[in-house]
Amino acid sequence: MRVQFFSTCLVDTFYPETGEAAVKLLRRFGCEVVYPKGQTCCGKPADSGGYVREARMAAKHFIKVFSNQDPIVVPSGSCASMVKNHYPALFKDDDRMRQKAEEIGQRTYELSQFLVHVVRAHEQGFQGQGSVTYHASCQLTRELGVREEPLALIRSIQGMEFRPMPYADRCCGFGGIFMVKQPEISMALADDKLDTIIASGADTVTGCDHGCLMNIQDAVRRRGADIKVKHLAVLLAESLP
Amino acid sequence: MNFRTRVPPFRVNAAMALRDASLRSAMSHAAEVFAGKRSEAFFSVPFEEWRQEASELRLLVLKDLPHYVDDFAVHATKAGAIVHRAKDAAAARALVSNILKDRRVQKVIKSKSMVTEEIGLNRRLEDCGLEVVETDLGEFIIQLAQEHPSHIIVPAIHKNRRDVGRIFASCCGTDYCEDPFVLTKMARRILRDHFLSAQAGISGANFAVAESGSVVIFTNEGNGRMVTTLPPLHIVVLTIEKMLPTLQTLPKFMRLLPRSATGQRLTSYVSIITGARKNGEATGARELHIVLLDNGRSAILQGEFFEILKCIRCGACMNVCPVYRLVGGHAYETTYPGPMGIILSSLLDDMAATYTLLDATTLCGSCGEVCPVMVPLPKLLRKLRERRVEEGFTPLAERGAMMAFGLAAQFPRAFHFAEEAAHKALPWAGRFTAALGRLPRGRNHGKRS
Repeated sequence: MRVQFFSTCLVDTFYPETGEAAVKLLRRFGCEVVYPKGQTCCGKPADSGGYVREARMAAKHFIKVFSNQDPIVVPSGSCASMVKNHYPALFKDDDRMRQKAEEIGQRTYELSQFLVHVVRAHEQGFQGQGSVTYHASCQLTRELGVREEPLALIRSIQGMEFRPMPYADRCCGFGGIFMVKQPEISMALADDKLDTIIASGADTVTGCDHGCLMNIQDAVRRRGADIKVKHLAVLLAESLP
Repeated sequence: MNFRTRVPPFRVNAAMALRDASLRSAMSHAAEVFAGKRSEAFFSVPFEEWRQEASELRLLVLKDLPHYVDDFAVHATKAGAIVHRAKDAAAARALVSNILKDRRVQKVIKSKSMVTEEIGLNRRLEDCGLEVVETDLGEFIIQLAQEHPSHIIVPAIHKNRRDVGRIFASCCGTDYCEDPFVLTKMARRILRDHFLSAQAGISGANFAVAESGSVVIFTNEGNGRMVTTLPPLHIVVLTIEKMLPTLQTLPKFMRLLPRSATGQRLTSYVSIITGARKNGEATGARELHIVLLDNGRSAILQGEFFEILKCIRCGACMNVCPVYRLVGGHAYETTYPGPMGIILSSLLDDMAATYTLLDATTLCGSCGEVCPVMVPLPKLLRKLRERRVEEGFTPLAERGAMMAFGLAAQFPRAFHFAEEAAHKALPWAGRFTAALGRLPRGRNHGKRS
């Protein structure tokens, strides 16, 4: 099966290892991975800020770059939700573009969604060690409705103990541009999140969105806590047998 | 429409609130309790089905609101109430104060009402020389402290028992005590005298029933009953969107509102008041006035944000809002705080006065998940940000950056150049601004620890 990989701008700029891990996983599970070179950003930062014109520019470009009919896999809940849920609204006054947006949304998958529903990676048996807790990011859970998939994958890692954190689906305070515009609140929320991570007793926290993980990583750094922060793709790639 | 002229400095207020340890512990504790009780109350009932029905009913009313309001006015009048219409806050204040002045009222007792907060009624009445006494325990505390409610259901949510003890000791001349039971008894004793001596009662309404002309009030402390039945004169102030079509539809909201607000299956009291006391009836005010207030609602109804008028003021959205539960309601400097508050305040006031509030959300979506009438709160918040951009209320640097982003997003080379520049420049920029300093210091940051 051939898939197109959208790395997202955050991974491209700061976390290339997550992109590499995701591609490794997809290949391991029998996918031919195509990386459309022209890809940039899905437009989410502009869209949540209310900059519709700019969001549309990015969306049009995305739709063009990924016009090939193969499924699109994205290692981020909020970017996947942007394409699936927000693109059609951006083009509500343009029938042709709206149809294209709806079509592209139907074949866009968040990574854990794809791994569980399409290649059934959770039935393959990963090998790991230590303990991990999971932060359920906002758009992933509440907009995409992806709640069980990441858990199924984490639970399938043999030798690694899963320790749920309380209020796992509570916002970590990232919120895109919110992190920069309201740093005080953002930091306080990340600190609260870190408290619950520490309370879980796990040595590693994982999640499906680098925005959140970046915010959590900052809280870990500020406190000097002994917690590893890893995107689910990296955690799984490290646990490949 | 509003008295405020300066920009609400939300970020400054929030930062101050974050440094207030006692506020933070009070807020996180209380919001946790209410959000927890709410989840429990909905645990074994078909919430999605209920809220779907309630949402449809609210939409039905809004679609034909003027008709329901007229219907209500006719039936309320028939039942013996005197119905007034007020276009805005000033008209409503004038109406109420004139009714009270005409009857030479000196003391008025109040049941909890957010709409009278919205129009600044207490201050106006006090300026006219009236004594105004809030009788809801939370409102009573807030009135003594000379503050405004920080939550629409739990006005003193930001106070802990020690705060209340200190307020009572300094305002009521009693010994300091922090036992809620004793404090409540103290308030009860003070209020009892007011209940018996007031010449008028003022309340809001949770709902108004068009087919019967009834006003419906949900309360817990019993003070609502006293305010609406003990004095000879009762004035209800309500905004027009509170209409329900029939009494038959009321139970749907009786089970949704308390569960969403406090996690109760029912409130202790549900008062359905239809007209003034008639001959032969044992209780009720002899004279009932109902002020139907528009105050911007008709305008909202015409626009793309009309769904906010479905709101039944349960406060569930604030209890789950990560920002609200951290900083409390006062940081917003609006009558209504939290997600529904940001939206309603933005629509009642102009963008110049409210635009910084649009940053008081992470768009996490929790509010939309708990709303018992399915107001698409996250969608409306995002849409308001769109309007803020259209009206030019975002910083110049942000607009420039977004424009550059939009352009670069279409040109991969430019975009990758910008990514490279960002990753090189951020560690350097981070030394100058705390906000940017929180971004990763170069690649492989995630592997650092």
